Amino acid sequence: MLKGKAWKFGDGISTDHIAPGRYFHLRSNMPELAKHVLEDADPEFASKMSPGDFVVGGKNFGLGSSREHAPTIIKMAGVSAVLAKSFARIFFRNAVNVGLPVLICDTDKINAGDELDVNLESGEIHDISNGEKLTFKPLPKSMIRILNDGGLIAHLQKHGDFKLD
Amino acid sequence: MGKTLAEKILSSHSGRDVTAGEITIAKVDLCLLQDGTGPLTIRQVEKLGVTKLANPKRTVFFLDHASPAPRKELSNDHMFIRQYAEKMGAQLVDVGRGICHVVINEKYVNPGEVLIGADSHTCTGGALACFATGMGSTDVGIGMAYGKTWFRVPETFKVYVTGEFPLGVFPKDLILHLIGLIGADGATYKSLEFCGPTIDKMDMSGRFTLSNMAVEAGAKVGLIASDETTRAYLEKMGRGDKYIPLKGDDNAEFERVINIDVSQLQPTVSFPHTVDNTRTIKEAAGTRIDQVFLGTCTNSRIEDWEVVAKMVKGKQKAANIRFIAVPGSESVLKEAIARGYYQTLIEFGAIMVTPGCGPCVGIHQGVPADGEAVLSTQNRNFQGRMGNPDSSIYLASPATVAATAIEGKLADPRKYIKELQSVGHPEVIDTEALKALAKSAQKTVERVAMDTAAVLGPAAREASDKVEGMARKAIADYGPKAHQAVKEFESKFSKLTSDVSKAVKDALKAKPAQAAKKKTGRTRVTASAKKSASPKARKATKARRGTKR
Repeated sequence: MLKGKAWKFGDGISTDHIAPGRYFHLRSNMPELAKHVLEDADPEFASKMSPGDFVVGGKNFGLGSSREHAPTIIKMAGVSAVLAKSFARIFFRNAVNVGLPVLICDTDKINAGDELDVNLESGEIHDISNGEKLTFKPLPKSMIRILNDGGLIAHLQKHGDFKLD
Repeated sequence: MGKTLAEKILSSHSGRDVTAGEITIAKVDLCLLQDGTGPLTIRQVEKLGVTKLANPKRTVFFLDHASPAPRKELSNDHMFIRQYAEKMGAQLVDVGRGICHVVINEKYVNPGEVLIGADSHTCTGGALACFATGMGSTDVGIGMAYGKTWFRVPETFKVYVTGEFPLGVFPKDLILHLIGLIGADGATYKSLEFCGPTIDKMDMSGRFTLSNMAVEAGAKVGLIASDETTRAYLEKMGRGDKYIPLKGDDNAEFERVINIDVSQLQPTVSFPHTVDNTRTIKEAAGTRIDQVFLGTCTNSRIEDWEVVAKMVKGKQKAANIRFIAVPGSESVLKEAIARGYYQTLIEFGAIMVTPGCGPCVGIHQGVPADGEAVLSTQNRNFQGRMGNPDSSIYLASPATVAATAIEGKLADPRKYIKELQSVGHPEVIDTEALKALAKSAQKTVERVAMDTAAVLGPAAREASDKVEGMARKAIADYGPKAHQAVKEFESKFSKLTSDVSKAVKDALKAKPAQAAKKKTGRTRVTASAKKSASPKARKATKARRGTKR
């Protein structure tokens, strides 16, 4: 069970919002880069969020660049999951590969600052602040295997090859 | 049921038939990495304990994003990549040699292959009928270590393109229009398959522009069939032997079919801060712009330089505009110098930057100031993309960028292109070439006239005049659509030539004595000599030619 506060963002949060290009030189220094996570969407997010909180986006979250640094620094900042109406393809796959849960649900029903309970096993989200109960779309089976193994590298270390069936 | 291009290529790499929606593990032929994503890839592969790459000769590292490096951290990343590539026997394309997506298509990508790249615009290679897709560092690391990776076979949107591009409207306008139509997430996880008569006629440069931006609609790949245009490109690049014809089946299952008639399009501009926020030039013209940028994996090839150079030649850039120009690769740079475009752009007032990603990624080489607006030929305009979240980015074709640099505000390129009467699409042909063609046609006809005047008289003169008139008309009327005009002109001319020669043969049969005389004494024919030809022969010829029409 994951517990935390909702940080709301709008539609179309790009990888440039999450990991801005002007910090390109910090890509080999991920802890430093993580201090700027989502800076161009909400400059106060990195300093004010608490570990365990949720990033709650709208449509097409994570569009743009293939930079895996984007989901990695969201995870490093301590975010327990990203909730959005939809995700961009590369971000979605990267998030699973680095072990960051990405959940597709109707985020209009969640308000900024709401306290959320998320149950990854049952697929339920409980918005404690407004009483809404939401469900999220389960991930494809292959991705659940990778996520359960702790990301793609861990999956391959464990099985020595792809084991997606 | 037939197969889409995506299904065909993934089937051939999976060792079994796969269809949309399936998860498959497929062989990877080629891996692309760059300086922004490469270091993380290397660290992930090292974490796996992999010390040998599956295919080092087809694993290519590019130092293009921060090139040459503006900071020591990035210099160190470059050093890290160089050392790793050397240790593994992998390929390295060092700083200043060009943009990964331009160079990899010039040198490595082949039809029917699978390319994965740690850069979202890897999909550019789809223009060569290669299943080319962008992934994260870990995914590409796995691909380069194991020579395979897992894919979900995408469903396909067929984008069927018809019509002829109006003057000043380019493939860039088409792809911006498409993204505006379906949205920045309109094709998430799908394969876009571009086809139809307009795509068949399009040059490789235009095709690369389309495939490059597939990801801006969320697509996984942007595929185009390989055909004679593909073959000619591969031959020019020295690997014609890699050509295979490959196309999607007409009876494949398409999730959606999108029809676009380009003859209805206008120059199109994406407004801040999303690519799908498109407007026509009519709505966009007059917008304040502080900097323009010609470059990036979308529009930095020689064909893009050609359009811009021809539009700005002999003109001066507006004083309020900074114009940054970055060739896509070393070969584009050399070609731009050889053709004089480089000089033209310098004289116009452009700032020349070494081949690479330039200011597109927000690292260096043209970061806009607070409140400034940039018009760029790049593929995305997200807030902060060019290094300053307090600036705005507009996207357009190279022609629109050139017009804007001339006028000092967002401007319609069409009047400049009409002025030129030489820049068309898909091919850009000089009016000079057309004039030369007309001249040589005229000479041929004159020769025919000289040889036959004695027999045909005024009919020969008439033929000569006719061709000359056609040539003049072709230049005057068709100049802007030179490509089409040349073809039309050639076919009409060849018909006329065959008509004339048949008439000559017939006349020779009718007048053997005169013909024999003519054969022995070939002299320049004057107007009076032509007039002296037998009226009978003339009449006969006219009658014969009349029946053929």
